[in-house]
Amino acid sequence: MISWQMPAGLAIALFLMGLLGLLARRSLVFVLMSIEIMLNAAGLLFIAAGMRWHTADGQIMFIFVLNLAGAELALGLIFLLRLRARLTTLDGDAANLLRDA
Amino acid sequence: MTAVFFVAAVITLITTALAITRANPVHGLLNFVLSLLSMAVIFFTLGAPFAAALEVMVYAGAVVVLFLFVVMMLSLDTRAARREREWMVKTVWVLPIVLVAVLGGVLARVMFFSPGDDSAPTVITPQEVGAHLFSGGIGAVELASMLLLAGLIGAFHMGRK
Repeated sequence: MISWQMPAGLAIALFLMGLLGLLARRSLVFVLMSIEIMLNAAGLLFIAAGMRWHTADGQIMFIFVLNLAGAELALGLIFLLRLRARLTTLDGDAANLLRDA
Repeated sequence: MTAVFFVAAVITLITTALAITRANPVHGLLNFVLSLLSMAVIFFTLGAPFAAALEVMVYAGAVVVLFLFVVMMLSLDTRAARREREWMVKTVWVLPIVLVAVLGGVLARVMFFSPGDDSAPTVITPQEVGAHLFSGGIGAVELASMLLLAGLIGAFHMGRK
């Protein structure tokens, strides 16, 4: 017997872990991975809501979250490669050339 | 089903925690794959077999392979892993943990102190998902295709020399 609170609590925990990684890590590979973890947690929350109200809409929203994650990841990884080619580092803090010197 | 859910949930939490704390990106990615696979098991126990299949194919398949290709192209060595470890000092984690704990407390309060019902999960088949998706949400499908096209063109443009 799984009540809807359990997957919702798991989604909160996973989202917060992704947020923690996003805030604490400097390597852009791990930043992108943390964003994927957060999107995945959002998808889990949609599935839990679909279970709670017995409707297929939760899974439909999950498909759209998947779409968004794919499009975001492709662009994010391309930007990562460009940054690496330009600055020869994966440090997100190194990309500060746009600031007012 | 409940026991399976709890085992998968614990595995997901542990592997996600390992994934965001590794110094070597490949180790982090392998833990991430495990967390995604156990997440697929969770979707199955929640009565969403179609979402479970998509999780395995798209996330554990396509997304992680894309990550691995990029990590291979970056040609990281032991020097990079050592520098990564230098960035990950303990003090870096203090402020984010405090902020995340505050946010988590608020979310948990909203989520668990509101009334809900405890009815059994009903299995929603792929047929139902497809019928709903292509009858009611056809505009959203078109928007998703535009988003993917924009992502494709953007990646192609940025990837050119």
